[in-house]
Amino acid sequence: MGGRESELVLLDENGIRCDGRKVDEPRRIMIKAGGLKNADGSAYIEFGDNKILVGVFGPRDVHPKHMSNTDTGILRVRYHMEPFSVTERKNPAPSRREIEISKVIKEALEPAVMLDKFPRTAVDVFIEVLQADGGTRCAALSAASVALADAGIPMRDLVAACAAGKVADTVILDVNNEEDQAGQADMPIGYMPNLEKITLLQLDGVLTPEEYKKCVETGINGCKIVYDLQKKALHDKYFGNGGD
Amino acid sequence: MTSVGVLDELKKLQILELLEQGKRVDGRALDEPRELVVETNAIPKANGSARVRLGDSEVICGVKIQPDRPFPDMGDKGIFICTAELLPLSDPSVETGPPGPDVIELARVVDRGIRESHMIDLSQLVIEKDKSVVGVFADNVVVDYDGNLFDACAYAATAAILSSKTPKWELKNDVPTIVEGKESEVPVTTIPVSVTMGKIGRHIIVDPNADEWVCMDARITITTDSDGNICALQKGGSDGFSLDEVIKCGEISVKVGSKIREKLKQAKAGNQ
Repeated sequence: MGGRESELVLLDENGIRCDGRKVDEPRRIMIKAGGLKNADGSAYIEFGDNKILVGVFGPRDVHPKHMSNTDTGILRVRYHMEPFSVTERKNPAPSRREIEISKVIKEALEPAVMLDKFPRTAVDVFIEVLQADGGTRCAALSAASVALADAGIPMRDLVAACAAGKVADTVILDVNNEEDQAGQADMPIGYMPNLEKITLLQLDGVLTPEEYKKCVETGINGCKIVYDLQKKALHDKYFGNGGD
Repeated sequence: MTSVGVLDELKKLQILELLEQGKRVDGRALDEPRELVVETNAIPKANGSARVRLGDSEVICGVKIQPDRPFPDMGDKGIFICTAELLPLSDPSVETGPPGPDVIELARVVDRGIRESHMIDLSQLVIEKDKSVVGVFADNVVVDYDGNLFDACAYAATAAILSSKTPKWELKNDVPTIVEGKESEVPVTTIPVSVTMGKIGRHIIVDPNADEWVCMDARITITTDSDGNICALQKGGSDGFSLDEVIKCGEISVKVGSKIREKLKQAKAGNQ
């Protein structure tokens, strides 16, 4: 938003986007369940040029103790970007943006995990963005769901996430970094496909009410694509990757 | 960290029971915001200011306008920054010290609503391209808490910006210098209005008060502009929304927002 005018063509006359995709086509997505030895559950995702690693610990004792809840387990999420993950070196200390994203991802996962079965404990989700290229919160949320499932935490559904947006007055799926900077709107969506529930929803950019509706629907379709890949990743790890 | 105590559980039961009959604890309709009182120019030393009460939530916003260096990739645009802070006197649970995730989210959501609506035409706030621009800083302080600070702060900031007068600067030997007698209004293109809705059970309520706020399963804040477009949105809380609910909340935000926009316009008009 508010980026400088440039020669970048966001959408050409054939409806092809700046990175060669069609309007309803997501970037290349690769999800792998497991991978880390010490974490109770882990996942790795490549979403276009995003590379994100997630480790999950717990249910385990809560430190500091006063955070523990006698009725339910608690979920804690830290979203963190490495200094080398972006063009200009990022200060390693958590920024206000990272604190907000940690919070929205936590609230997106909470409806999915059944923590009432583990009172007085904590489940910690550590998200490390190794390389960022637009849409990290969606990729991180998708990977975090897989890591939680890999840790054996009881879940109502996986949360799949994908962004929709608007460039050149057209609603598109999966906004990349250039489109986010120069485009008109970006709407990240987290969705539980089986329960048909939206658990993460943000928007910046101007949409008419019709575009708003179309954007949410487009994003949900993207989430369903991610959902299949999440299930495949878990299937590959636990049932071998013999058959497709 | 807010922990839900026994009292909150009891309140939630009562609130839910009332909602089943289509009623709210304070007698409002489900889509009815609390009374909004806007007093502009509350702080004459600021370039613009507003003291806003939304029910019993009270926020003061002061706007300071001063020359600044542009952001490196935005040499042809002025700067807009909006913050929000909970003062320790606003609620017994508020402690001094660095802001927690709740307050950081509050400040960022309020800033985003105004920024993404392009309320202020930042291209008009350039003193000299790539060298010196005008910065508009809208700082909200919460002085009394009764829920829904997202909207209270957004209205305070919007009203304060509408009431602002900016001096004119020009560069003299590379130093921004005020040109006397050339004060003008801040260039405004649209009036953004945020509407926050809570979800309790299967009910959607507009502008939750403090009791409703602790009982909410989830919330959604939607900002609309003067043309009825949706320009910013934030979902929060530990539950989700269905597609139909999200669409319905969009419609409510346009409808409720247009009434509040009239109120904010009056505040500006009454001020001149």
